[in-house]
Amino acid sequence: MNEERITEKLNILADAAKYDVSCASSGSKRKNQNKGLGNASNGICHTYTEDGRCVSLLKILLTNHCIFDCAYCVSRSSNDIKRAAFTVQEVVDLTINFYRRNYIEGLFLSSGIFKDADFTMERLVRVAKKLRTEHNFNGYIHLKSIPGASDELMREAGLYADRLSVNLEMPTEAGLKLLAPEKNRQEMIKPMGFLKNEIIQRTEEKALFKKAPMFAPAGQSTQVIIGATPETDQQVLQTADHFYRNFNLRRVYYSGYVPVLSDSRLPALNTSVPMVRENRLYQADWLMRNYGFHVNEIVNERAPHLDLDVDPKLSWSLRNLHVFPIDVNKADLQLILRVPGIGLLSAQKIVSARKFGKLNWDQLKKIGVALNRARYFITCNSTSFERRDLTAMSIKQFILSTSQSKYLKNSVTQLGLF
Amino acid sequence: MTTLVYDGSFEGLLTAVFEIYEHKLQHVKMQRGEWLSTALFENVIEVVTDDKRAGRVLQGLQQKLSTGGLQRLYAAHMADIENEDGNLVGYIRYAFDAKQNIEEDYGNRYVLRLAELMRMIRREKHRMEAFIRFQKLKDETFYAAIEPDFNVLPLLSRHFKNRYADQKWLIYDMRRNYGLFYDLHQVDFIVLDFAISKPDNVISTYTEDEGLYQNLWKNYFKSVNIPARKNTKLHMRHIPKRYWRFLTEKI
Ligand code: SF4
Repeated sequence: MNEERITEKLNILADAAKYDVSCASSGSKRKNQNKGLGNASNGICHTYTEDGRCVSLLKILLTNHCIFDCAYCVSRSSNDIKRAAFTVQEVVDLTINFYRRNYIEGLFLSSGIFKDADFTMERLVRVAKKLRTEHNFNGYIHLKSIPGASDELMREAGLYADRLSVNLEMPTEAGLKLLAPEKNRQEMIKPMGFLKNEIIQRTEEKALFKKAPMFAPAGQSTQVIIGATPETDQQVLQTADHFYRNFNLRRVYYSGYVPVLSDSRLPALNTSVPMVRENRLYQADWLMRNYGFHVNEIVNERAPHLDLDVDPKLSWSLRNLHVFPIDVNKADLQLILRVPGIGLLSAQKIVSARKFGKLNWDQLKKIGVALNRARYFITCNSTSFERRDLTAMSIKQFILSTSQSKYLKNSVTQLGLF
Repeated sequence: MTTLVYDGSFEGLLTAVFEIYEHKLQHVKMQRGEWLSTALFENVIEVVTDDKRAGRVLQGLQQKLSTGGLQRLYAAHMADIENEDGNLVGYIRYAFDAKQNIEEDYGNRYVLRLAELMRMIRREKHRMEAFIRFQKLKDETFYAAIEPDFNVLPLLSRHFKNRYADQKWLIYDMRRNYGLFYDLHQVDFIVLDFAISKPDNVISTYTEDEGLYQNLWKNYFKSVNIPARKNTKLHMRHIPKRYWRFLTEKI
């Protein structure tokens, strides 16, 4: 390997891939067979960038040559930047050698579209195939599906990859039309439908025949860019909800738009990245997937935007004070999960522990409940009831004055913009 | 208050519990270390580790705790976290004295403390699984030095054996001076004599491409950073500084 050249390629092609926020490496259960290399099951973050995002995969583009011209993308054809392309073997070598040194959990390979969809997809598949069949590599592989690629290639990709993703890019069709006029939403959704059916079918086969090959065992995910177009949080979350329900997506990623190009259709270059909003969307998404919240409870016609100063669960609680207070010694797990300041783990602990006796404030605190928030919404085995007759507004003020949000503290300047 | 001095082994701890019940002791303090007859104070008992007595306590525990519960107790003790023996003994006594299984009684301070200890140990184990950086030596062994806060090296064995079945590897705990070595067949504990081969000296035994991949990794780490999103506080919370000197990308 020519050190200088490969270093340059890696710099260019990692730099161009970094705006894709998907980084998960869990959800698969690939075992190390016949003394091969690696196993995909753990989802380990091996390091963290200086902005605090986790790095678990070697995330690169095969090439940043692209025939398309999407306004939000650094690789777009009209952008005057250095171009580079890896060979299949180079990507394989990097992956294996990084993996052996425990730098990464695997590979996330994406690509600009050179020539056409199939031509590009075929090369991505070749990398995965080589890793699996020639190197007995059982680490994690995430391939970006190229919209418009043929079903045959998608099917082959699913045999070698743990996860496949098609990025929706914009939360709505109108947004996409504006910024990526060459792309077609239906064409992007088509492979998702194909993959969904294929995954279901293969899972059924797998249940019948243990030896049936795995097919994208970590499922599919997608990404939407936030803040490049004017969609509301309601539109964003409803899109996410739609895809969770109808395409069995494992994850939807929200990527706060980083202004890298000047274009009249886009926010100005000095616009800051909507990090608080992005964080709130992830919290809302989490509530939908793990806490049994319906999307309409979180955002609706009356509240189309997520609160930026408090998290969505607290925001929901303040809008629904009639549900509270809840007696943690009696209430169902589902209801306890809706209390601000009580997470999945503490909720389960409460339900286990109360079989031994009623819990009081002190014990709740030790179990891990954030009392500075929760105490306005619950009663327990203590006589004092903290909520008194406070209004939603004053509860919010009390909580805000006692908690320091990492985002609010760090980004006063940023918040001024909202 | 009675102080029990024992040898620090799990069997020793169980023997101590036996003595606590035999002498009907109420308030006890646990101390690891050697018995020094010259430093005799009042109410100090020397616990002589005894397999039979330990075995009886273990049998009792097996009836009171699930297999998982017993394993957690063992792991918490092995991890060697300072001044926790008293809590572990408290946990054992609570388990013995209660009529039902107490593992999920999170209202109890000992049960809660064990859960906390497990969280600390798991986090440390997880961090090691993430932050270990192997360097390839000339003999094709992948070598990594670590200095975990707690003694979690034994807990790493299975993870790395499953992960790197086709390469020889050695993970060495510099603070506790012992390592795990996988020779393509099995994992063994080993002690290196650094008087002969200093850890810094292994650099001379690197393979040729080791430097190349280290540099590529450092470059990659720089390339994926998005300056517009910089958040040093968050970064430091994820990778505390004490791990940096073992992280290729941070050196
Ligand atoms: S097709 Fe993909 S790589 Fe090409 S410009 Fe659009 S977003 Fe960028």
